[in-house]
Amino acid sequence: MSALNSLPILLIVLPVAAAIAILLGAAPKKTALLATAANLLLTLWLVFGYDQAAAGYQFTSATLLAPEWKLSFALGVDGLSLLLLLLTALVAFAAVWIAPRPEKLERYPSLYYACLLFIVAGATGAFASLDLFFFYAFHELALIPTFLLIGIWGSGDRITAAWKITIYLALGSFVLLIGLLALYLSLPADVRTFSIPGLQALALQGGVIPQTPWIYLTLLLGFGILISLFPFHTWAPQAYASAPAPAAMLHAGVLKKFGLYGLLRVALPLMPQAAQHWTNLLLCLLVGNILYVGLVTIAQKRLDTMLGYSSVMHMGYIFLGIAAFNPLGLTGAAMLLFAHGLSIAALFAIAGVVRERTGSLEFAKLGGLAKPMPFLGFTFGLAAFAAIGLPGFANFASELPIFFGAFSHAGKGLAFSNFQAAGIVALWGVVISAVYMLRGYRAAFMGEAPKRWAALPDLCGCLRPPILLLLAVLLITGFRPQLLIHLVTPTIKAVLAVPAP
Amino acid sequence: MNFAPLTLDLTVLVLGLLLLLLEAFDDAKEKSFLGWISVLGIAAIFGMSFLAAPQTALSAQLAPFYSGDALALFFKRFALGTTLLVLIMALEFRPVLSRYIPAAGKNAGLGEFFALPVFTCLGLMLMASAIDFVMIFAALELVTISFYIQVGYMRRNGASLEAGVKYLILGALSTGFFVYGITWIFGVTGQTNLARVGEALRALPLSAETAAYFAMALLFVGLGFKIAAAPFQLWAPDVYQGAPTPITAFLSVGSKAAGFVVLIRVLRPFLDAPATSGKAQFVLAAMALLTLIYGNLTAMPQLNLKRLLGYSSIAHAGYLLVALASWKSASAPTTVSFYLVGYLLMTLLAFLVLIVVQKATGGDNIAHFNGLGQRAPFLAFGMTIAMLSLAGVPFTAGFLGKFFVFADAVAAGQWWLVGVGVITVGAGFYYYLKVVRAMYWNVAKNAEPVVASRLTHLTIGVLVFLIFLFGVYPAPILNALK
Repeated sequence: MSALNSLPILLIVLPVAAAIAILLGAAPKKTALLATAANLLLTLWLVFGYDQAAAGYQFTSATLLAPEWKLSFALGVDGLSLLLLLLTALVAFAAVWIAPRPEKLERYPSLYYACLLFIVAGATGAFASLDLFFFYAFHELALIPTFLLIGIWGSGDRITAAWKITIYLALGSFVLLIGLLALYLSLPADVRTFSIPGLQALALQGGVIPQTPWIYLTLLLGFGILISLFPFHTWAPQAYASAPAPAAMLHAGVLKKFGLYGLLRVALPLMPQAAQHWTNLLLCLLVGNILYVGLVTIAQKRLDTMLGYSSVMHMGYIFLGIAAFNPLGLTGAAMLLFAHGLSIAALFAIAGVVRERTGSLEFAKLGGLAKPMPFLGFTFGLAAFAAIGLPGFANFASELPIFFGAFSHAGKGLAFSNFQAAGIVALWGVVISAVYMLRGYRAAFMGEAPKRWAALPDLCGCLRPPILLLLAVLLITGFRPQLLIHLVTPTIKAVLAVPAP
Repeated sequence: MNFAPLTLDLTVLVLGLLLLLLEAFDDAKEKSFLGWISVLGIAAIFGMSFLAAPQTALSAQLAPFYSGDALALFFKRFALGTTLLVLIMALEFRPVLSRYIPAAGKNAGLGEFFALPVFTCLGLMLMASAIDFVMIFAALELVTISFYIQVGYMRRNGASLEAGVKYLILGALSTGFFVYGITWIFGVTGQTNLARVGEALRALPLSAETAAYFAMALLFVGLGFKIAAAPFQLWAPDVYQGAPTPITAFLSVGSKAAGFVVLIRVLRPFLDAPATSGKAQFVLAAMALLTLIYGNLTAMPQLNLKRLLGYSSIAHAGYLLVALASWKSASAPTTVSFYLVGYLLMTLLAFLVLIVVQKATGGDNIAHFNGLGQRAPFLAFGMTIAMLSLAGVPFTAGFLGKFFVFADAVAAGQWWLVGVGVITVGAGFYYYLKVVRAMYWNVAKNAEPVVASRLTHLTIGVLVFLIFLFGVYPAPILNALK
């Protein structure tokens, strides 16, 4: 094991160490920024050091903890996890940078930054874990900082929002835990393991992992609650609307992707036949995400709840790619994880700045903000276009393969298949998201500016880089989607390589 | 050097007698040195216990009554650890206690407060070793009677007296059920030794089955009271709230753990015998279901932290019963033992912080914790870890305990228990995080710092460390049971 193999450990230890240092009295923002910047650089090192020709899990390390359970603290990365680690590092860096200065926080300034760093550590740990137990545990670690962030520094109806997200996600996590335990215990006793590569090797043998439909349903339900799959989505919009901007960026941008990552990493490759059993159910639910939540989004009267609902709605596309279960669909889904994370983080960052200046995000009170704040208006426009899925942004490059993937499931004769029907609804979803994003953009930034907003200062130069960084990455990967496709293709191939029993 | 497990019991007995003697011959008003002697003595015996090894060969007179196996040694350490922490709490609790004790001297009447837990500890250690109904009964009574005194120790506090009376009446009643159960067992099998009872049950004639069920039901009543499992849980919240806080902690950990050791030992014959196994598992599952629902639902609206912890201890008895009801997966005893260790660490941590806050703010409501994050960051941190572990957040011993419990339940196919368990865990997140909310979201009226002794700080640090250690590295505990 070379020293490079401990890089993933360092990625988790750095934010935790920084959080402890901050709690013990280090300068909050500087330390946090330093840690997340170091994390970003280390992640880039991982991405460039990853041998794409060899594929598979690299930079692996493992420590055995409980022999009876074959439980070990195992870390490692492949293309898909690298993509998500990169997303985590980018959004974390931007979120910490845009976070308010410690002296502006009324209470517990160091706890604020420590909480942000713990969320980063939790997300990083979940994406870098190669052991089901730690994969699960790291994600839930992020639950408590979220509870504190919304509860202490949230706005609006923060108390309801904090309780709702915490209890919803705790329940979802335990449903997921039951699913994972059932999966583990359904294996023959001599091959039981929590190791993700070990389980994938079993799946490739074919016939070893029992394809019990209800175990997959439990996993789908558990992950689904964490992703805000319709009808388990109600926690998300309220929580994101109330959370402080950096928390919303990290949660909507990064943490919510855990469930989808789990489907791609664990549920689908291990139980592909069981997954087929529930395809029609998943199609129905994702249509709910796109159509129902989409229409609800249009009806929103506040910028923050609109963004919250829009992030729920866009999960529907990713589910469509997963349901399609072919190279195009899965690749698109994996890419959209990344693209959506960046665009929603940028939108929440800008919304947070606007709230800080105007004190409200109600459309009725806003308007014409682009005049006093041209930078914010311009970047919000770009981020909104990205979220709608305009060509040139990574979102477009990822949604397109999803639609093609869904459509390639042809029906009998001239009739549409269920996939194609869902794909058509999803296409209408693009129209719906254009409607609400542009309506929101017009209501907040265009038109006549009320006099009281005329003197508002634009975002200062020192806070512009994080937003520009997120948008730049979206544009670069939008023009060269191959960057992302090359990264995830080996993983997708491995997922689809599992033989039929 | 290698001690026999029995040596540990005898040393504790000597320590207890020594404390009583010192109490009698000492005129000093300030009796905290008795407390220190008890703390150091128990700490020394706790250390000694790690030099002791399980002993299988015992003299012929002792062998039918007393077991020195790994499970016994493990729970002896458990009892010693609990008692040590309770005595540390008792030292911190002295000022509150002396307020409610009528006596000439300032600290008069405090001496026994440090001696009685030592005798309770002896009872708990004997219970861990008891493998004969007579021995179980004697040990159980030693524990229960010393608890009767400790619960009502604050003589000028109405709540404490009420708690004492309630505990006495219901405790005596449940003891009656237990003894009656033993007589029926003896009537059915002609034995009191558990192993021989097991043999007799396996060869039970059909005509005696009903009598065996009846005996089992009576034992369930008696032990259900000790572990505060529904429907025998009604005493717990009142007694927990009224008793002096260190004693509440002792009751909720020591008494419950001992109850579960006895339950494991007493039920093993019933669960392994084909005639009674199905019924025993059904009763356990039904009790687990009731206990989970009752404990968690009633904990939700509580405003008093001691009461909340009382209901939470009922809830945790529910999870432990889930493990026992999943007897089919062979790891149930290990799971119960591991869960109890996690429960010990987090519950005693919560009570320790509660005692400090109670001393500083004069109350034990959740509202008294408002703004503790600003008044005493370290105490608030310790309490947060305790609450997160109780709720079952990963990387804590509490989570790993629940993980093992659910694994057993899934393996045994107890789907009802799994389903209800998941929902009650969600409820648990609500009421445990209520305390975290008070400490961090809410603002204190009085922003003065809350101070605690250095020993308390050290103890909190050690407990937090152990909660995290066993949360990711359960091997030391799992190995100790082999």
